[in-house]
Amino acid sequence: MALLELRNVSKIYHLGGEEIRALDDVTLDIEAGEFCSIIGPSGSGKSTLMHILGCLDSPSLGTIKLDGVEIQKASASQLAHIRNRKIGFVFQFFNLLPKLNVVQNVELPMIYSGISGKERRERALKALDMVELGNRLKNRPSQLSGGQQQRVAIARALVNDPKIIFADEPTGNLDTHTGEVILELFRNLSRQGRTVMLVTHNPEIAAVTPRRIEIRNGKIADRVDTRLAGLDRLAAAAAKSAAATAAH
Amino acid sequence: MGLWNAIAVGFKEIWAHKFRSLLTMLGIILGVSSLIAMSALVEGMEKGSREALVAIGGLQKFRIETQPVPVEQRHLRDFATGVTLGDVYAIQNNSPEVLKISPEMRLEPPPTVSANGKNLRTWSTAGVWPVQLEMMEHVLEHGRCFNEVDDELARSVCVIGTGIRDELWGDPEETGKEVIPLGQTLTINGSPFTVIGMFEHYESDQDRKSRLLRKAQEAERLAKGLTNAVTGPKRMRGWGGNNRRGGFAFWIKNNTVYVPLNTMWIKLLSGQTNTPSDKRLSEMEIKVRDVNKLELALSEIRNVMMVRHRGIEDFNVRTQEDWAEQINVFISNARLSGGLIAGISLLVGGIGIMNIMLASISERIREIGIRKAVGAGALDIFVQIVVESTVIAVIGGIAGVGTSYGLIQLIVAFTPTDNAPIVTLGSMLIAFGASAVIGVLAGLFPALKAARMNVIQSLRYD
Repeated sequence: MALLELRNVSKIYHLGGEEIRALDDVTLDIEAGEFCSIIGPSGSGKSTLMHILGCLDSPSLGTIKLDGVEIQKASASQLAHIRNRKIGFVFQFFNLLPKLNVVQNVELPMIYSGISGKERRERALKALDMVELGNRLKNRPSQLSGGQQQRVAIARALVNDPKIIFADEPTGNLDTHTGEVILELFRNLSRQGRTVMLVTHNPEIAAVTPRRIEIRNGKIADRVDTRLAGLDRLAAAAAKSAAATAAH
Repeated sequence: MGLWNAIAVGFKEIWAHKFRSLLTMLGIILGVSSLIAMSALVEGMEKGSREALVAIGGLQKFRIETQPVPVEQRHLRDFATGVTLGDVYAIQNNSPEVLKISPEMRLEPPPTVSANGKNLRTWSTAGVWPVQLEMMEHVLEHGRCFNEVDDELARSVCVIGTGIRDELWGDPEETGKEVIPLGQTLTINGSPFTVIGMFEHYESDQDRKSRLLRKAQEAERLAKGLTNAVTGPKRMRGWGGNNRRGGFAFWIKNNTVYVPLNTMWIKLLSGQTNTPSDKRLSEMEIKVRDVNKLELALSEIRNVMMVRHRGIEDFNVRTQEDWAEQINVFISNARLSGGLIAGISLLVGGIGIMNIMLASISERIREIGIRKAVGAGALDIFVQIVVESTVIAVIGGIAGVGTSYGLIQLIVAFTPTDNAPIVTLGSMLIAFGASAVIGVLAGLFPALKAARMNVIQSLRYD
C-alpha cells in the first residue's frame, strides 16, 4: 500500500460560469521513502496538486488516501490536524513568523499538537542541529540569510516527524550555490528514509530526484508514470465493464 | 494550542504594538473608571440621604400642617381654623396608635435673633412642648430643657442649637475656644430670652471625620512647634460646598431656637391670631408606635381631624415615606443614567478593540496562513484572537480600577460634595467583569473572520 494514493482526482474551479479544471482526473501513487519531484510550467496545476497532496485543499472529485486513511471528505480542522502530524512544508518564501525567534519558529507546529514546553524545546533543538543552525537559536528570521531561513523552515517541517515533506520551489528564492546546499539537505533527508516531494518548474532541480511527475494542463504527462496511471485506468475500465456485464 | 500559550501570544502581540494597544485600552480604562466613579458618587449620595432621614426622625414620624382650603370648599373658608392645639389634644385622646405628639408654633417669617451685638435670621424659631426634643432626635449637651412649669408660666427661656451660638458668640472652630452661652440673654424680635440649654453639634459622619482630621493635623503642627500661618480671611468657594456644613438636614437642626409653646403664644404671637379660644399651630409632628401600622394610625388621625374640622380639609398629612420614596427614585435615576453613560463609554471602548483587532488580523493574514499550514485549526486561530482582545480589555479593566481612584479624587476636587464617594467592591467587580465580557464580545467577529480565512490564499497574501 502506497503512502499517498490519488484516484481520479480533479479540482474544478468555476470562474464566471466557466469551468476550469486545475487538475483533471489525476491518478497517482507515492510510496513511503520516495524522493520525487512534481514538475511543470506555471499554471500547469502543479501547485494545486501539491495543495491537495499536502492536505491544504480538498479535491472536487476522486479519492485520496494518506497513510491508508481516506481524506477527500475531511473537514478543514481535520485537515489541519493531518497537516500538523503527518506533513511538513517548506515554502519558496520561507514563511517564518518574523516576530518569533528561530527556536520559537521551529516550535510552532508542536504548539498545535499540544506538546509540553520542555519537550518542544528539546525537539526543536534537535531539529535545528540537524540543519546545522544550533548556534543561531535566538535570532529573528530577519537577521538570517536566505539559506539559513530556509534551513529553519526545514527544521520546522521536520520537527513533528512527518510522514511526508513537501517543498514548494525551495530554492526559488536563493542563489545557485545556496540552492545546491538546500537540495543536498533534501537528498540527505531522502537517504535517511524520509518521503520528500519537491515541487518546481526547473528541470535541473527536478533532475536530482529519482522520480519525476510532470504535470501539463492538469494532467500527468510523465513517462514513468503513464504506465502506472494507464494500468490503473485500464484496471478501472475493466472493473467497470465487468460490473456492467454483470448488471446485464 | 493551550490557553496559556494563547495568553502568552496575546501579551506578546500587545507588547509588540505598545502604543496602539495603550490607545485601544484607553477606551476601556475610561469606561471602567467612570463606571466605578459613578457608582461611588451615587453610593455616597445614598448614604448621605439615609443619614439625613435618620437625623430627622425616620419613617415612624409624620407631620400635619395647615394648608389652604381646597377649591371645592372655598365657600367654607371662614370656618377653616387650620391645625390647632385643640387638634393635638383630640388626637392624643382618641388615637391609640400615636406614641408621641408634638405641637409646633413657628414664627413666620423667621424672627431676628440678637445677642452680643450681633443679629441673625434663624431657620426656625418655634414654640414647642419639651417632647419636641425627643421627636426631632435632639440631644441636649448643655443646660436643661424648659419644662411644664416654664410652659405654664410662659417664662422667657429658650434652648438653642450650636448654629445660633456660632453666629452670635463665635464658632469654636474659628475662635479656638468654645462658648457655652447658658444664662446669657438673647432677644427674639426684641423680646429678651434667657438661654437655658444648648444642643450638641449635629453633623454627618463625613463632616465629623474631616473635622477631627483637621483637628489632629492642627495638634500635630502645634506639637512640632509650628504656629498657624496667617492666611487671611476664609473665602467661600462658591459651589455650595462649605457654607452649609454637614448637609441641609443637619444645618437646619443646628439653626434652631425653641421656646415654650405658651411663651411663643403669649409673648411673641399675641395679636396675630383671630381664634383666641384655640391656639393655632403651624404644624404638629406625630410619631406612631409601630411603623408597620402607619396606615392605620394615619386613618385614625384623619378621622379625628375630619370630625374636628367639620370636613374642611384645611390640613395636610405629610409622611417621611414620600421623602424616602423620593430619595429612592432619585438614587435609582442617578444610578441608571450614570450607569448608562458609563456603559456607553465601555461599549465605545469595546468597539475600539474590535476595530483594532480587525486591523490586526488583516495585517497578519500571512501569519494566520502559516499557522494554519503547520497545523493550527480554525478553533486555535479563533481562540487566539479572542484571547488577544480579552487580554487587552482585561488589562484595561485592571488599569481602569486603578484609575477610578484618581478620577474620584478629581471629581471631588472640582465639585466638592457633602457626601464622600464610597467605592464598593461590588462596583469594582461589576466594572471589571463588564470589561472582560466586552473584550470577549469585541474579539468574536474578528476571530471568526480570521478563523475562516482560506489557508492557500492567506499563504500567498502579501
